[in-house]
Amino acid sequence: MAVEVQDLMKVERRIDARGMPCPGPLMSLIGAIRESSVRDVIEVLSSDEGSKTDIPAWVEKAGHELVAVVTEDGYTRFFVRKAR
Amino acid sequence: MPAEVVIIGGGVGGTLTANLLDKELGRDVHVTVVDPTGMHVYQPGFLYVALGQANGRWLARDERTLLRPRVDLVVEGAERIDPEGRVHLERGGSIPFDHLIMATGARLVPERVPGLVEGAHHFYSLEGALRLRESLRTFDGGRILVGVAGIPYKCPPAPLEFVLMLEDHLRRRGIRARTEITFLSPLNRAFTIESASEVIQPILERRGIKLETFFNVETVEPSAGVVTSLEGDKAEYDLLVLVPPHAGQAVVEASGLGGPGGWIPTDRNTLQHRDHEQILALGDATDLPISKSGSTAHFEAPVVASRIASQVHGTTPRATYGGRVMCFLETGGGRTTVLRFDYEHPPAPPQPSRLWHVAKWMFNRLYWVTVPQGRIPERASRKEQP
Repeated sequence: MAVEVQDLMKVERRIDARGMPCPGPLMSLIGAIRESSVRDVIEVLSSDEGSKTDIPAWVEKAGHELVAVVTEDGYTRFFVRKAR
Repeated sequence: MPAEVVIIGGGVGGTLTANLLDKELGRDVHVTVVDPTGMHVYQPGFLYVALGQANGRWLARDERTLLRPRVDLVVEGAERIDPEGRVHLERGGSIPFDHLIMATGARLVPERVPGLVEGAHHFYSLEGALRLRESLRTFDGGRILVGVAGIPYKCPPAPLEFVLMLEDHLRRRGIRARTEITFLSPLNRAFTIESASEVIQPILERRGIKLETFFNVETVEPSAGVVTSLEGDKAEYDLLVLVPPHAGQAVVEASGLGGPGGWIPTDRNTLQHRDHEQILALGDATDLPISKSGSTAHFEAPVVASRIASQVHGTTPRATYGGRVMCFLETGGGRTTVLRFDYEHPPAPPQPSRLWHVAKWMFNRLYWVTVPQGRIPERASRKEQP
């Protein structure tokens, strides 16, 4: 049986930003980070191509942790842990 | 009996929709516009007031003078909406409706960023623009930060226009050499739309304006003159200009009609409320992922009017909104570029030119006698479904 990413960690919050154009998915993640506690994992679903660069770049700049990126059919799932 | 249409909000979207409905339906409709101030404000002019290029007098007119005679105007705030057919007003009265149009706009919520009210200027209200003009008048060099304290906000090009026109202004006053200007962007580029950023970023560079990216404003410390970002960076300032965070109007939330941020959940094509099909929304009030600007409302209004006209006539509404927006972006030095786009086509802005600058200048002056009355051809803004 395949092990899914969400089975390996507790996802506190899931944002379905599919269909939202740039910078919607990133801004939704930033909003969620503001409201979350340190160590929380947030999952963002995005179908916007720009998210593939914008989200990892922001997570690195802001000092959080990109735990996993999963490519699905037509969208990408980003798992981000709030690190500070 | 004429159909009762109530429009909440007398901005670009509300006023134009009211006039189009009255024009199209005549005696088959009775339109009431509810607006808390009864004044129509041309908000793109605040930028010029802040930079001392215009006074505030030409920016506001009595809403009554912009509405066709048969359209009623109620100057009072809407307190709560019963989606089943009644708008409750602040002073206790109420108005029934068959069709409701939410043109409630956005409100500024600067208090949501600690220190922003005390420490930052903005040009998103007439009072704010006048206060900024006064501070600029006495400014004699130092560090200026210009940025955005929350997305979404009205008129996305405005902060970039401001920073480029400010650079001009300081040069003319002979204090540019002793002023450091930095633009703070919440994204990893200067503007939300990538193709527009590609035109603007080289201009910022040529004009010596620093670009600080991924700077999502968290707090302002007025006593220390420091802004801190969510990303953990700090920026020092002598003069700070930040577009305040925006939110939907209180009446939207009080009526249970809003989604996150108080924005109205709106179908991107039909402009219907996603939970209440008899309610339509347009302009800054919606949650649509496009610019909050007068231009958006201008292109949405004919769609809203046409859909309601079809319903009143008992036919199937066919007009849909394709996401059309057109914004000028003034780059200083008497040059302007233009952003034209829709849901499917990102903008391909031309290099800034004097021609577009003249077009913007003319539009600003002709606004009062063209846009609210529907005198600008809008054919291209609506798309009939087959």
